[in-house]
Amino acid sequence: MMLESYALSSIGSALKPLPADWPGGFWWHWLVFTIIAILFVLLMVLFFTYFERRAMGRLQARLGPNRCGPFGVIQPIMDAIKALTKEDIVPYNADKVVHWLAPAVAFVPVLLVFVVVPFSNGAMLADLNVGILFVVAISSLSALGIVMAGWGSNNKYSLISAMRAVAAVVSYEIPVVLSIASVVLLAGSMSLNDIVLAQNIPFILMQPLAFLIFFIGASAEINRSPFDLLEADSEIVAGFHTEYSGMKFALFYLVEYAEALLLSVLITTLFLSGWRGPLLPPWLWFLIKVVAVFFVLVWVRTTLPRARIDQLMALAWKFLFPLSVINLVITAIEVLAWPGGVPWPMLFVNIGIMAVLIVSWSRLFKFGWGRVKVEA
Amino acid sequence: MKPEHYGIGIAKGLRVTIKHLFRHPVTVQYPEQKLHVSRRIRGNELVWDNVKCTGCATCSKACPIGAIQIATKIDKEKNKYDVDITVDTGYCIQCGLCVEACPYEAIYMGYSYEKAKYRRNEIIQSNDMLLPSETRIRSGYMSPGIAAQLPEQTLLLEKITEKEE
Repeated sequence: MMLESYALSSIGSALKPLPADWPGGFWWHWLVFTIIAILFVLLMVLFFTYFERRAMGRLQARLGPNRCGPFGVIQPIMDAIKALTKEDIVPYNADKVVHWLAPAVAFVPVLLVFVVVPFSNGAMLADLNVGILFVVAISSLSALGIVMAGWGSNNKYSLISAMRAVAAVVSYEIPVVLSIASVVLLAGSMSLNDIVLAQNIPFILMQPLAFLIFFIGASAEINRSPFDLLEADSEIVAGFHTEYSGMKFALFYLVEYAEALLLSVLITTLFLSGWRGPLLPPWLWFLIKVVAVFFVLVWVRTTLPRARIDQLMALAWKFLFPLSVINLVITAIEVLAWPGGVPWPMLFVNIGIMAVLIVSWSRLFKFGWGRVKVEA
Repeated sequence: MKPEHYGIGIAKGLRVTIKHLFRHPVTVQYPEQKLHVSRRIRGNELVWDNVKCTGCATCSKACPIGAIQIATKIDKEKNKYDVDITVDTGYCIQCGLCVEACPYEAIYMGYSYEKAKYRRNEIIQSNDMLLPSETRIRSGYMSPGIAAQLPEQTLLLEKITEKEE
């Protein structure tokens, strides 16, 4: 609210001009929103670890952690204390520098992305006019940390996991970016705040196919189950963090949940009209939507078994990629046909197009998802 | 080509898990909450009835492990036939053969199941230690009359509650 006076101005510069109503100008704004962003990430990660374990428990007819404090709410703090007090083990033959750097390299990009996330109208650290491009560019960097962890550990399972991570990120970046592109086409801006402002109807209705592709692709990119192939504990021990212990492991754990938070935040911002909503204050709407999206992530994780690596690649290249291209073309035609803004009845057309595309394209999967037919 | 490849299976699976969210969890938080065990449980202790026992040592002979020792003697002063029974419950496999063998229904399986001991010599029990009491309830194994008095077995708690402080 405090920054809306300049929210939609200044296309030319990367940073918006200094807010006049803040004493001391830019630096106070920078300090306050840096603290808010870091606190938001850390507190939400603490909450998400608790929330995921509780929700998974209840979805599987269990209780989940309920021993520490009322309803087990201080369980994440206990986990953090446990991780902090554990011995830090570095393998003898490890590439020590890379091994030490990897958790930080994985964590920093995830934290950086929250710079451009609007918690309320204009309430963000930097309203970049290339916001979503910044998100896509920076968030993929945390794969580098995972590769460093896999390489530095000098462990074959870690390396397999790291290679899987790269394969997943490279494959799923394309459908994810294409589905983001159709959202950007519809909103007419790359700034996350402007995308939220453009959503008089949430884009989940206007762009159902893009939402589906983004949801599947991004959850594969951040290695959430059912695509958690790089931590597939039945195949490759614990994947890239096999050789990590103590606080370095906790940092990877933090990255995992910070990425889940990032996915929830991005879906909220891009498809669920961000902080907008009736009655309640914007930041509360934002939090409610983030937690709701994360609940869906947990729900999917509880339900589905893990996919194989060839199924993962097949889904990306044979299903999500062509559908996202078709969706982008259809969206572009719609935007060209109605330059003043796509009318809301088009959402029924878009939902129909999604249903037809998914059912008809799935009929092309005649090879049984990589199942080998053995001739007698 | 089956027509189920468009993701309807995923939707069905999601429906199953969301149903579980709205039912009671099956977790029993053991030390605080306990289920009723089977009324015919062969729990991990033996209960001995010193009134019915004649000291015939049939149970001792039936025991496949040899965990029961019975020594008898005639106490002429009290005009009494003394039975001295010693059971090494560490060897006992809870097979229930002694209970089935006893011609006088003088030995029973126990109903309780939390009888772990801290010392090895505590698991060798004899005479008065084997008598029935408040904490040593007889199980309904081989005796339907006792079984009828015990609470019915529960497989699920009616309503699971969180831990109470």
